[in-house]
Amino acid sequence: MTPSRKRRWPVVLGLTLVGTIALVALLAPVLAPNGASEMFPDRAYAPPMRVRVFHEGSLRAPFVYRQVLADRLMREYREDTSAPVPLEWFANGRVVSSGDATTPLLLLGGDALGRDIFSRLLTGARLSLGVTLAGALGALFIGTLVGGLAGSAGGGTDSALMFVTDFLLALPGAYLVLVLRGFLPLVLSQGVVFGLLAALFAFAAWPHAARGVRAIVAVERRRDYAEAARALGAGRFRLAAHLMPAARGFLAVEAVLLVPALLVAETTVSYLGLGFTDANPSWGTMLIDAASLNAMRQAPWMLAPAAALFLVVLGVQLVASTPASRQTLLVGKAPWPSGGTAEPLK
Amino acid sequence: MTSGLASFVIRRLAAACLFVLMVSASALMLVRLAPGDAVSQLTFTGVDQATIDATRVRLGLDRPPLVTLRDWFAGLLRFDLGTSSQYGQPVAGLIAERAWHTARLGAIVLLIASAIGLPLGIITGSRPGGWVAAITTPISIVLVACPPLVGALALLLFAASTGLISIEPGRLAVPALALSLPLAAMLERLQSRAVADAVAAPDLVAAAARGIPPGRLLWVHAARQSLGPVLGIYGIVIGSLFSGSLAVEFATSWPGLGRLMRDALVARDVWLVAGCALAGAAFIALGNLAADIARAMADRRVTERA
Repeated sequence: MTPSRKRRWPVVLGLTLVGTIALVALLAPVLAPNGASEMFPDRAYAPPMRVRVFHEGSLRAPFVYRQVLADRLMREYREDTSAPVPLEWFANGRVVSSGDATTPLLLLGGDALGRDIFSRLLTGARLSLGVTLAGALGALFIGTLVGGLAGSAGGGTDSALMFVTDFLLALPGAYLVLVLRGFLPLVLSQGVVFGLLAALFAFAAWPHAARGVRAIVAVERRRDYAEAARALGAGRFRLAAHLMPAARGFLAVEAVLLVPALLVAETTVSYLGLGFTDANPSWGTMLIDAASLNAMRQAPWMLAPAAALFLVVLGVQLVASTPASRQTLLVGKAPWPSGGTAEPLK
Repeated sequence: MTSGLASFVIRRLAAACLFVLMVSASALMLVRLAPGDAVSQLTFTGVDQATIDATRVRLGLDRPPLVTLRDWFAGLLRFDLGTSSQYGQPVAGLIAERAWHTARLGAIVLLIASAIGLPLGIITGSRPGGWVAAITTPISIVLVACPPLVGALALLLFAASTGLISIEPGRLAVPALALSLPLAAMLERLQSRAVADAVAAPDLVAAAARGIPPGRLLWVHAARQSLGPVLGIYGIVIGSLFSGSLAVEFATSWPGLGRLMRDALVARDVWLVAGCALAGAAFIALGNLAADIARAMADRRVTERA
């Protein structure tokens, strides 16, 4: 194994993790075996079902055993191993579901109301990851605008914009989002919550991007090509258009790093009861019920969203934190061949 | 040179005070201008308008926002932060109790994380191929990716199923571990990179050539040089510690500022929100100030730049 290949495996693993989760989130409506808020009677805290292929010693197409509520008070379930329930593939617009309407396929078990945790996890991924991406794009947009303006204008504009940036940067992000969310009406429809959270994330996260863009543009402004453009009569906006491409590599890295930060922020806000509602849950909403000690003892599988969150953050860290990949992100997108930046400034 | 440090500290202190005042004033204005106030829930309970108006006057919610702000600043000079509409107690007393718990948790987390992360970082940074690095690096990568909320839930699950960690309300173990492990991993990574840079610097090579023993070279010379970049991070660390502790306080029922703030926001408890913002901003400002002073003492050039 060559050293370069050895250093690349974390990146490959990270990309695989993030890519798989993103794909699953995109395909959630067809991949989820059940509806997200569909309640199944007598399936509260039901344990995850095991998909099996052996029945009485013979090989069969994948099937599950029916769950029977053995003790209603203690919520104990046992498997009825006498009759296997075959899985149905590509039926009713779903990739896989149970062939028997009375036996829902609960791959990650049931929650307190007998809803399918696996299906909720998949639909929740769309909300959690969607609002994260929307917020990250917004943050990069505002950050580029403010940072680009401050860096290319300099002087008083620069100082004023950077004062605001530094002030917001010093505040802890989760509190900033919490306070801003808290002072709006508490009950809102799902679409409004999505837009609101994305806007709040963009607002809380732009200062970091602005700082970076400003630093890069302020250096570029003093380069010869910028001087030449000014001498040729380029106005402020034309000049900014020439300077901005220098920040592309930084923005790519920033985008990658914003995803885990905002995903954690979404989970926190929803977990505190100020995000998505229980009917259309995000990962944070699902954790509200899962985090009680009682639920942990009875149904630890309800913590699945926490595990999913960990996998996304780990995947992104693996992609972003290895020096090799950071270099490819930076150099690969930079408008000059690598090494061109080494030229000393006047 | 000492006067340089003194004036640096004074300038930073002034900036910190301004920061605290700006944060608490903005929080006060935001919650004051928000739709609905502490009394608006009363309208649903069938209380007559006269009682509602009287309660508004008693809580000081009838005054215009700018007058509210002025009165709040005037009260601040007498250490009077108003009365909480939710608890019916003076805000200052409520905050003092909760802030003590948050500060206690934060201090212990910083201590644990630094005591584990910094020495490990010095070892892994100086010997990237050694056995310590081989064990530490993968653990660090996993822990850095473990958000405090996920860590807290995992520890709670572990405690609930094995009973090895105490999870009585008010016990430190779970919240402190959940917050300090990812932080220790982050500090280890940073310190490792900083030491790797410091060890390769020409002055260390020169010192080694002059016969300074390797142990002293690493733990005194390289450690001191690598301190600058790592201390610079501590200011940011305190902010992110605050963010992380918000969810952890909820998961572990820790009676800190985060829970108080969230409940105050939902109840539209104007004075309590402003008080919480004041306390939180004071913590962050003090943390930044301490990090700045430590950095200035490790590297005097910092005082000239600022």
